[in-house]
Formats: sequence, structure tokens, C-alpha cells
Amino acid sequence: MSQISLPDHAGPVETIWHYLYIFICCLVFLFLIAPILVIIPLSFNAEPYFTFTKQMLSLDPDAFSMRWYEDFMNKDIWRASIGNSFFIAFCSTILATTLGTIAALGLSRSEMPMKGLFMGLLISPMIVPLVITAAGIFFFYATVNDYIPLTGTYLGVILAHTVLGTPFVVITVTATLSGFDHSLTRAGAMLGADPTTVFFKIIMPLILPGVISGALFAFVTSFDEVVVVLFIASVEQQTIPRQMWAGIRESISPTILAVATILICISIVLLATVELLRRRSERLRGMSAG
Amino acid sequence: MSEQLTTVDGRPLKQALASAERTKRIRAVLLVMPLFIFIFVSFLYPIALMLYRSVENPLIAQHMPKTLATLEDWDGESIPDEETFAALAQDLVKARESREIGKVATRLNFETPGLRSVITGSARSAGRWEPPYKEKFLDRRKEWGELETWATIKRLGPTITTVNYLAAVDRQYNVDGEVVMVGEDYRIYVDLFMRTLWMSVVVTVSCLILGFPIAYMLASLPLRHSNLLMILVLLPFWTSLLVRTTSWIVLLQTQGVLNDLMVWSGIIDDAQRIQLIFNAQGTVIAMTQILLPFMVLPLYSVMKTIPPSYLRAAESLGAHRFLAFWRIYVPNTLPGVGAGCLLVFILAIGYYITPALVGGQDGQMISNMIAFHMQKSLNWGLAAALGGILLVGVIILYWLYNKLVGIDRLKLG
Repeated sequence: MSQISLPDHAGPVETIWHYLYIFICCLVFLFLIAPILVIIPLSFNAEPYFTFTKQMLSLDPDAFSMRWYEDFMNKDIWRASIGNSFFIAFCSTILATTLGTIAALGLSRSEMPMKGLFMGLLISPMIVPLVITAAGIFFFYATVNDYIPLTGTYLGVILAHTVLGTPFVVITVTATLSGFDHSLTRAGAMLGADPTTVFFKIIMPLILPGVISGALFAFVTSFDEVVVVLFIASVEQQTIPRQMWAGIRESISPTILAVATILICISIVLLATVELLRRRSERLRGMSAG
Repeated sequence: MSEQLTTVDGRPLKQALASAERTKRIRAVLLVMPLFIFIFVSFLYPIALMLYRSVENPLIAQHMPKTLATLEDWDGESIPDEETFAALAQDLVKARESREIGKVATRLNFETPGLRSVITGSARSAGRWEPPYKEKFLDRRKEWGELETWATIKRLGPTITTVNYLAAVDRQYNVDGEVVMVGEDYRIYVDLFMRTLWMSVVVTVSCLILGFPIAYMLASLPLRHSNLLMILVLLPFWTSLLVRTTSWIVLLQTQGVLNDLMVWSGIIDDAQRIQLIFNAQGTVIAMTQILLPFMVLPLYSVMKTIPPSYLRAAESLGAHRFLAFWRIYVPNTLPGVGAGCLLVFILAIGYYITPALVGGQDGQMISNMIAFHMQKSLNWGLAAALGGILLVGVIILYWLYNKLVGIDRLKLG
């Protein structure tokens, strides 16, 4: 069925066009992926440069070193920011996943009134420019600081990141639920299970892939977020992206490339997990529908 | 013969059904409520608060009440009389005692640059002065003899004001209360909005031009191969924004990989390395790569649904391959094109991180100016007004997206 392959009767113009097309596609793929890949070898540079040295190109082992990784591991500020990033991302993921999944269950019911409006409002944190969200939250925290200290606290950052993460959970879980066979819950209830049992024994296993990929999206959103952190966090809540931001703006050192390489590895793991889950979910839905 | 249908326990069926439906509806709403309340309190309300910030203006009314009262009947054509100057002296001294004079001076200075030192300086002296005040004020700073100073104070009197929005579009009130353009040197925001729009359009069009061919390739290859290529689209999507921005700095800077490559291959001389980044062009290149997956994914999901038989049918009816593609295939992809373009445009228009890091002078966008006024100049009213205008634009696009594509069709990965 492949439309890409060239038909036998193709003339010279079509042949040239065909190979040109493939060449263009390769260039675009290169444009997408090269900037990410180029960082990885550079992070092993023995010199404090951001480009390949002659020795590196001739694969001289002395031109490569782990010094930037050591630098990363030895600096207190980087170590602290790893801990902060994971802690904040973990807490906000738990909150966002719980709130988002419950809301998605309601939103995907056919009885839900004003579904479009609610969906639109709940997704909006993803669409509104981050600077506006950050400014709004900054003003809001300033007004409630007297009652609950939120500016410059972990709680404040976690709550703000939860806001940014929930749309992803709502989207992925409602997408999973769109193929959900509601007669299964009725069957469960008819066989004597109470709603909680039905949820954990029937609904949850089926929507779990959606929930997990939503959670991963929420995690990445928080883990990669810097604007809100810049606006409302104090030095105490220094995260990896904020440290990178400071590093790029002030004293750019190859340590950042080492950090970037580690982050790329993390994203590869996350991507693989989400892809596996998506395929599993498609399989499960195929089964429940058939 | 109007026998009503009833349930087993004798209730009319219609009523029983209605109440059952109501229970179901309430249950659905109750499930959504926790998140809705959370989003309302920590997102929607804060945004409303920001919008309120853009029009509220309590400072002058709070700290210069006497001056404002005497200025109420001021004709705006001559310097006010001694009564007003006496009130001014009292207000300034009081504001200085409560240590709020700096804020008052800053607020007036945002409106008419140069007033800061006039206010703080006069406030310092006014504590020592005896009436009559008028001469002493005029001696101290000549600005007190200018109508514009008084017009500024009077204009900032009301607690609800439009000055921030006017400032956000390079307008201000003149002495007569008419809306006029600000001086040539201060006109920056309209240009900045235009530049933001223009850069977003360029990024969107670039994404479409680059995204269309690869989405077509992904959609027409067998699933086994396209899944592999899809990873090349999804990996950037999952990689940290800061990592990708860093990569572009590494690639494009004058001592960077691309310039080295060009020097090495002899395309350019070592002395003529090209400045590819820290300007508008660097921002556009980096943003195009960062937002490209948001174009490819909706295009791909639409192209996947177009049966290949359409093209074969067109060709067997005698259309040339290219004509068939242009007349049959492309129109069918338009929903995907619309979805992708709107999404990329919405995301591009509010971009902050990438322009801030690789934009240099002329690659800054409106979000960067908002952040500047939030964090550096502390002109929160103006920041909120700029944000309000940007927000209205984004909401219109979002509404359009919802109308054309449907928010529930938004796909991730």
C-alpha cells in the first residue's frame, strides 16, 4: 500500500522528485534530532569548549573525559537541585494524577452537563502562556501569604506545578476512557460489587495505561518547568531547569551539557515507557471492544 | 385512556427516570468538582487577579488624598494655587513618614519619566517648610510649574484606570485628557506585539513547510517503519526545553559546531563566522524545531485517516500524480493543517524561555517584556496590561481551535 515507493511507470521527473522528497524528509528528521544528539558527545569534551576539538574528531582518547559529570556530581548546588526537582515533580504528579483522573471519569460520562465548557476551562492551563500563569499565581500567592506562606515555599511550587500538570492527565485519561465499554461497570455492579470495588477492579486496570502516561506527562511538565519557579520560588527551591537557566544566562560551562545528556537519557526512558503503555492500551481497548 | 406508566413501587415512570438521571448528572459533576475547584482557586482566580491588577490604581488615591481633592476643580490651564500646594506638602510629608513615598514616586515616574526625583526630593524638603508653599515648591523643582506634572497626578487619581492599557499600546493622555501617542523614543510595545505576531507566523509557516512532508511520509509508510521514524519526532517532544535551547546555542554560536563545520569545509572564512544566534533568526530556528512535533502529530493523525485509494482513483481517472496529490490529498489534510497551525501559533505567541535565552536584542517577544516588568522594573500594572492583551489573543485562538478542531481531539504523543 505504500505510497512512498515509486511506481514502475514513473518518468524521470517523478524519479528525481521522489528522491528529492526523501532527501528533504531526511533533512527535516536531521533538523529534529541532530540538536539533541550533538550534545551527547560534546558533554565528554576534555576541554571547556562547546565545539568538537581536533583531537575529539581524531578520536584521541585523551580528548574525552568525564570531568563535567564529576563537576555536576560534586557541586552542592546541582545535587540540591536534583533532589528538589524530583521531590517537586513527584508531589505535583501525585496530586495532578489523582485530581485529573477523577475529573476525567466525570467528564467522560454522557450525563455530564456543560462538558465542553468544563473541558475547556480544565485544559486552559496548558494553553495560557506560562508567563501569564506565573504572573497570576505570583499575585495570588502575595495575597494569601499571610494565611498560608506559598511564595518561596515547596508547597507553593508544588501547587503551581499541579495546575500545569492536570490538563495532560485529563486529556490522556479521557482519551483512554473514550473507548471504554461502560457495560463493564454495570456488569460489575450487577454481580454485586460496590462502586469502589468496581473502580479498582474493573475501571482502573483498563484505564491504567492512560493514567500512567498522563502521570508521566505531568511529571515531565513539572520536571522541565522554569518560568513559575523563576517567579515564585526562592533559592531554597532551586530546581535543575532553573539551575540550567542560570547557567546558560550567566556562566555557561560544559557542566550544562553533562546535565543535558542525563536529561536526554531520562526522556528516552520516559518516551519508551509511554510508547509501551500506548500499545498496551490499544491492545486492551481492542479486546474490550471486541 | 391516559393510563400512566409506573414503576413497581407506583411512582410515575417519567418522574423516576428524571430523578435517576439527575442523580447520575450530580454524580458526574461531583467527580469533576475537586479538580474544577482546584483550577478555579489556583489558576482562574489568579488570572482574574492579574487582570484586576491591570486596571487597579490605589496608590495615588491612598497617599495623595488632599492634593487630589483640591485638584478636583482644577481647570488644567494654569498652575494650581496655594491651597493645592499646601495640600501637596501635607500629603508628601505624610507619605514620607509612612515610608510609602518611594512607591508613589515610582508610580508617577512610570507615567511621566523624571517625576521620581521631583517627588522624593520635594517630600524631603517639604517637612522643613512653612507656608506659603507655592514659591518654595517652584524654587525646589521647576517641574511643579509644568501643567503636565499636575495633569499626571490628577489622571492617576481614580482607583480604576486605563493608563496601563494605554501604555501597553504606546498611548497616553496629554494635558487636555486626550489620548495621544507617547514620544518617539518610548514607542516599543506596538512594535513588540507586531514582532511577536510576525515571529509566530514565521515559526508556524516554517513548521508547516517542514512538518507536512514528514507527516506524509510517516502516514504512508507501513506501521513497522513509521513507528521507528515516529521516535525521531517524539524524542524532541519529550526532551527538556532547556536542553533543546542549549543545543541550539552550542550549534549556532559563532564558535559553535555549525560555524566550525562551515569554516572547515571552506564555505566561509574563519574571519567571517556568521552570527546565527542571539538574534530574531536564532529564536525562529530554535522555536521551529521545538514546536515542530506539535505540527507533525495532528497532521499525521489526519493523514492516517485518508484512504490511499482516493489518490489511486484520481490517477486512474487520468489525473497526473502531482495534480491528484494537490487536488485530492491536500484538501483532505486541511483539518490537520488547521489544528497544527493553530496549536503551534498559540504556543509560539506566548513563548518566553527560548527568546530569553537565544533571542538577543531583536529576538525578544511580548512574554519577555511581561517578565521584565514583573521582575526588573516592577511595573506590575503595565505587566498585567500587556498580559491581558496577550491573554485575549490567546483566548480567541483557543476558542477558534475548540470550534474548528475540538479540544477533546487534542492528542499527546
